[in-house]
This record gives sequence, structure tokens and C-alpha cells, in this order.
Amino acid sequence: MIEEFFEQPVYGLAKAEKAALLSRELGELTRHHDAACAPYHSILSAYPPDALPGGSVAPFLPVSMFKMHSLSSVPQEQIFKTMTSSGTTGQAPSRIFLDAETAQLQTRALTRIVTSFIGPKRLPMLIIDHPSVVKDRRTFSARGAGILGLMTFGRDHRFALKDETMELDWESIEYFAQKYPDSPIFAFGFTFMVWQHFLQQLKAAGRKLPFADAILIHSGGWKKLEAEKVSNDIFKGVAKDIAGFSRVHNFYGMVEQTGSVFMECEAGRLHAPLFADIIIRDPQDWRECAIGEAGVIQVLSVLPRSYPGHSLLTEDRGRLLGEDDCPCGRMGKTFEVLGRLPKAEVRGCSDTFAQPVPQGAAA
Amino acid sequence: MDKLVEIVAKSLMLPAEKITEELKYNSIPEWDSVAHMALVTELEDAYGIMLETDDIVGMSSVAKIREILSKYDAAA
Repeated sequence: MIEEFFEQPVYGLAKAEKAALLSRELGELTRHHDAACAPYHSILSAYPPDALPGGSVAPFLPVSMFKMHSLSSVPQEQIFKTMTSSGTTGQAPSRIFLDAETAQLQTRALTRIVTSFIGPKRLPMLIIDHPSVVKDRRTFSARGAGILGLMTFGRDHRFALKDETMELDWESIEYFAQKYPDSPIFAFGFTFMVWQHFLQQLKAAGRKLPFADAILIHSGGWKKLEAEKVSNDIFKGVAKDIAGFSRVHNFYGMVEQTGSVFMECEAGRLHAPLFADIIIRDPQDWRECAIGEAGVIQVLSVLPRSYPGHSLLTEDRGRLLGEDDCPCGRMGKTFEVLGRLPKAEVRGCSDTFAQPVPQGAAA
Repeated sequence: MDKLVEIVAKSLMLPAEKITEELKYNSIPEWDSVAHMALVTELEDAYGIMLETDDIVGMSSVAKIREILSKYDAAA
């Protein structure tokens, strides 16, 4: 029962209790999608039941499956929104089909997670992006959906960038700086946008913002910043110095599992919330890696009902840092992301699923 | 006209006749997440209140909004 997950503290259950709750829910989801999504069924039935990748409770699909196939577990008329990932250059974007129930679960889970960090009150919100990314209302990019999802946590929203030119919107920024000096505000943006188009432009203009105890939440990956040798520590230092963001939280999440995001705590670790879990796997044989061992990240979420995305093998490398032992006091597994997989390994794991999938068989 | 119905109609850009107590969030294209944020702003302005995140997530139908507003002593 998914409602049980909303009755428990989001970072409060110890290992055994969480594992029991998760495996029951994930097992139910596997059976649901197996019955409701024909392509998913044909993928699973290509394996002997005792040899399903990732185990029989929640066998994993490579995320690339959502780029190659239309995977849906609800009738067409129940789909009210399709989300697409930005997609790496040359690749087709993922398409994720949402019905009202799944969309609502995503919102409720995200609310539990984010308010546990920023509190129940909506703070004045500065969006580090430009307004046109949320214009097309039927089909959102992952970027637009991410921004809209986070807008719920703010009020008096202002966009910090003008348009596609990525110029700072000084009018918005001045308005905010004058209206909320020395008070907590909340900002959200994608990691690279925040660094390149917000912090660097402020720096170049010689401006510092007057906010105190301001919270910045950002996501989207470090790939571009790694190339510029910008670490998380450097990022946080500059965000605090230039914009007054004394609380900075990165999060790891993907459009295929919107809602159950992995937030970075005060100790700098990414945390699995009650709605989700993380398993690191050895790409050679898919065994579970121990704490400290690097491998491929598998993400689990109890939210996806309208598409079979509850257990996914990502194309990211990561390492578990611990379980139920983070200095911040939150329970659950903690981990770090080590970057993208080299191409060869990605192809390797997609080959595991090279079974024929009937085209157009999605419900 | 009922004040809440008027605000909902204005925010969703629909005629007031279409606004029933049972009307649900995300059940029609006009009431999506973008319109929902516009509705929140309108409600806050009209009733002089500040809604919490949980209220916004809980505003799943017109009847639910009425219930949430009553918590703020806002006569809906």
C-alpha cells in the first residue's frame, strides 16, 4: 500500500523495516507492470524467473529502454502528460507517460522530501532559469518539469534570467534584493545554469546579493563543471560568498523517476528517501557492490504506476557511503555519484536486454 | 456569485458554469500545474492568506480548496 509510505517519516526508518516495506511495494509494482504493459512482460519473460537481472522482486530495466520504446501501463486516454528527457546529443529523448495518480504521487513524495529540508512555509523563490522553459504546457522538458515541480515550494516567483540569451534579468534580481534583504529566500536551478549563468555573471558584474540564510537547491549533473574543475566544495563556497546561499543542496534524480529524488544533506551525502532506494552494481556480473565499492547505479522508486520505471539501471557510476549512519542523522542509504559510464559499458548493459520487444504493443 | 468559484474560474480561464465542487486538479487540461500556481496566487491575494506547501498539494478539488480555506478562517 503506497499510503503507508506517506504515513512514515521520510528519513526515519532503519534498514530492516525499510527493506520489508520497499520489497513488498516493489514486488507489487513488478506484478502490476507485468500484467499491464505488454513490452515489459515480454522483456521479463525472456529470462528464466531465477535469472532476472537485479532479482525477481524488482528486475531492472536500463534507462535507455525509455528512449527506444513507448512503455506505458495505462490506457492511452488516461495519459495526461508526457515528460521527455533532454537526451544526450544524437540520442532520442526518453518519453515517460504520466496518469493523474502517478503525477500526484510524484508531487506528494517530492513535497515530503523537500519540505523536510526547507520547512513547510513557502519562501520567496528565485528561479535560476528563464521563463520560456515552462511555456509548453502539454509536453514539458525535464528542465521545465523540474522547475514547475519545485515552484510549489516557493512564492513570489521571479526568474533570474531573461531569455535564451541567458542574460541576467537585473530587474528581477533587484526586486528580490530590495524586497528580501537579510531574509531567507529559496532558489532553484540546474547546476550548470546556476554556476555559469548566475554566479559567474554576478561575479563578472562585481555584484554580491544581500540574502541571509538563503537556500539553494540545484540538480542536473556535474559533467560540465567537472570539465572546468569545479568541485561541490568550490560551488558551495562561491554560492555562499556571492549570493548569500549558506544552505546548498544538490539532488540526484532522473525524469524516469520524478518525485523520489536523492537530496544532498548538510554532510554532503546524497540520501535515499523512504520512497526510493539505491543499489550499486558491478558491471561485470551485476552483483551488489559493498559500501565503498564503485559500480553502476540502480535506482528504485515506489512511485511509477503508469509506466514500468520502478527499477532502473542508470548510466551513472556511483559508490555507497553508508547506511543509517550519516552524521546528519537521517536514516537510509547514502551515496555519491562518480560521473557517467564510459560508452562501452553502457552498450554492454543494454545488450542484456537485446530481446525483441513488440513495437506499438504499449497499452 | 460564489467568491471561490469566481477565483477558480478566473485562474483556470474557464466560464464559472464549468466550476463544480467535484472538479479535480489535473482532470482537465485547463487545471494543470501552471494554472495551479496561478490559482494559489489568486487565492492568497483574494483572502489575504499565505498557503503552506502541504495546502497547495492538498488542493486536489474545488471542495478540497474550500476545506483548506476554512482552516485559515477565510470565508469561501
